[in-house]
Amino acid sequence: MAAKRLNQKDKYRCLTRDLAWEPSYQTKEDIYPYERFEGIKITDWDKWEDPFRLTMDAYWKYQAEKEKKLYAIFDAFAQNNGHTNLSDARYVNALKLFLSGVTPLEYQAYQGFARVGRHFGGAGARVACQMQAIDELRHVQTQIHAMSHYNKHFNGLHDFAHMHDRVWFLSVPKSFFEDARTAGPFEFLTAISFSFEYVLTNLLFVPFMSGAAYNGDMATVTFGFSAQSDEARHMTLGLEVIKFLLEQHEDNVPIIQRWIDKWFWRGYRLLTLVGMMMDYMLPNKVMSWAEAWEVYYEQAGGALFKDLERYGIRPPKYVEQTTIGKEHISHQAWSIFYQYSQATNFHTWMPTDEELDWLSAKYPDTFDRIYRPRYEHWREMQARGERFYNPTLPMLCQVCQIPLSFTEPDADTTLSHRSVLHAGERFHFCSDGCCDIFQYEPDKYVQAWLPVHQILQGNCGGGDVEAVVRDYYNIAAGFDNFDYQGSPEHQRWQQWQGDRPADFNTAG
Amino acid sequence: MTSLVYIAFQDNDNARYIVDAIVQDNPHAVVQHQPAMIRVQAEQRLEINRATVEEKLGREWDVQEMLIDVITLGGNVEEDEDRFALHWN
Ligand SMILES: [Fe+2]
Ligand SMILES: [Fe+2]
Ligand SMILES: [Zn+2]
Repeated sequence: MAAKRLNQKDKYRCLTRDLAWEPSYQTKEDIYPYERFEGIKITDWDKWEDPFRLTMDAYWKYQAEKEKKLYAIFDAFAQNNGHTNLSDARYVNALKLFLSGVTPLEYQAYQGFARVGRHFGGAGARVACQMQAIDELRHVQTQIHAMSHYNKHFNGLHDFAHMHDRVWFLSVPKSFFEDARTAGPFEFLTAISFSFEYVLTNLLFVPFMSGAAYNGDMATVTFGFSAQSDEARHMTLGLEVIKFLLEQHEDNVPIIQRWIDKWFWRGYRLLTLVGMMMDYMLPNKVMSWAEAWEVYYEQAGGALFKDLERYGIRPPKYVEQTTIGKEHISHQAWSIFYQYSQATNFHTWMPTDEELDWLSAKYPDTFDRIYRPRYEHWREMQARGERFYNPTLPMLCQVCQIPLSFTEPDADTTLSHRSVLHAGERFHFCSDGCCDIFQYEPDKYVQAWLPVHQILQGNCGGGDVEAVVRDYYNIAAGFDNFDYQGSPEHQRWQQWQGDRPADFNTAG
Repeated sequence: MTSLVYIAFQDNDNARYIVDAIVQDNPHAVVQHQPAMIRVQAEQRLEINRATVEEKLGREWDVQEMLIDVITLGGNVEEDEDRFALHWN
C-alpha cells in the first residue's frame, strides 16, 4: 500500500505554516516593521485560521481548470462574433467603464496583497495574501483579454492604462485604492478584504455580471464569475481577518470600527458607478440598483454586522444615509455622465420611453418626482438639436473625488455640501461621511490629485477641456465619446443588424 | 430580521448536482435562478456534504472542487474533507 495520505488539515499545516521558520539573526520586529505602527496588537498569529485550508498544489490545480474553461468560452465568443449577438451596442459602454474603471483596480489589488503578504508575521496570513495577489493578477489579465475582442469592434477601449492615470472620473476608483495602499497593512486588509470584498463586491460582480449574461455577453459573465469565484476565498479571508483582529486584543476594536466606518463610506461612494451601470447601461435589466443594495447590502450586511456585534462592532456610520441614497445615486451619476459625456471614453444617452417606465416602477418615490422631469427636459433639448453638454468644470469632493452632485439625505432636492478650513485653506466634501474621513487624516487628503484643480492649474496640457481630452486623455472627440445616437458606433451596429439573416432579425 | 447565509454558483452542469445535494440536505434552503447563476440562501446555516454530492454526481468529489463553480458566498465558513458549511452565530 502507498504511504498514507495526509488529511487536509495536516497537509495544510505542512505546506503553509511549516514552511515558516524562526529567525535567528534578525528580530521579528525588524523583519515585520509595519505590524505595529497602526496600533493593532497581535498576541498570537497561530490563532489565525484559513478556513479553506487551500495549499499551493490544490490552488494551481483548481486555478488551471478555471482558466481552461474561461479561455474556451472567450475563444468561442470571438469565433462566433459574439459581440453581434448582444442585446444592444449601448451595452458595450458599460464594458468601457469596466475596463477603464475596474480592471486597473485588480492590478492595484495585486500590488497591495503582494505587499501585505510580505509584511505579516503569521505564515497562514502570508500564504493567503500571496494566493490572493496571484488571483488579482489573473483578474487583470482575463479582463484585458475579454475586452480585447471588443476593442476590435468598438471605440474608446484603446488606452485604458493611460486613461486610468489621467481621466477625471477614473481618479475616483484610482484614489480609492491608492488611499488603501498607502495605509498600513491591517488597514489595507480592512479596507479591501473586508469592507470592499466582503461587504461590497457582490454588488459589482454578481447582479451586474448576471446582467451581462442577460444581454448576450458570455465573455464578460465568464470573466466576472471566474474572478468572483476567487472572491469567495477573498471574502472568507476578509471575514477571518476581521474576526482574528477583534479576538486578538480589545484595543483593536475601536481602531477596526473606525476603519470599517471609513471604508464602508468610501466603497459606497465608489459603487455609485455600478449603480448607474445596472440601472442605465444594461439594456436588459436584471434588478435595479436599489434592489441589489437591499439583497447584497441590507440583507447580507445586516446578517454580517449582527454576527460581529459580539465583538462590540456596530454597523458602519452613516449606513442609514445609504438606505435613502439607494433611491437616488444611480440617477445622479447618470446625470453627471450625460452632461460630461464630451470628456469620457464612452457614450451616454437618454433612456427610451420603456426604460423611463421601468425606472418609474423601480423607484416609485423618487423617479417621477425628481429625475423624469429632468430627463424629459434634456430629451426635448436633444430633439431640438441642442443636446446638453455642460461646458463648466465641476467642484470635486476632496475625499471621494466625485463631482458634488449628491443631495442631502433629509432633503432630496438640496445639494449636499460640507466644507472645513484646514491650515488656512478651505476643503469641500460631498457628504458627512467624506468630511469625517478628511478630518481624521487631513494631512493625507490635502495631497489628493483632483483632476479639475489640475486642469485649472495647467498641469494637464492644453488650454481648454477639448485639448485636455484630446491630447492629455487620448480620447477622440465625437468618435470615442458624445451621445450614442448617431455615433460611428451606433451606425456600425445598425449596419450589423441590417446585415444579419432575416430569421435573426425577427428573433429578438 | 433573520440572518441569511447564501452561496451562488455558475449555472452549469456540475453546479446543478451540487445544488440538488444542498436541497436534499437542507430542506430550509431557498433556491433562486437568475441569468447564468443559481443562488441558494438559508436561515442561519447551510451545509454541502461530500457524500451527497458524490451520490448525485456518481463520482468522487473533493469538497474544494466547489471553488471552481462558486461565485460568491456569505457567512462564516467551516470546511473539512467531508463537508462545507456556512453559518452565522
Ligand atoms: Fe479581483
Ligand atoms: Fe478579490
Ligand atoms: Zn465625497
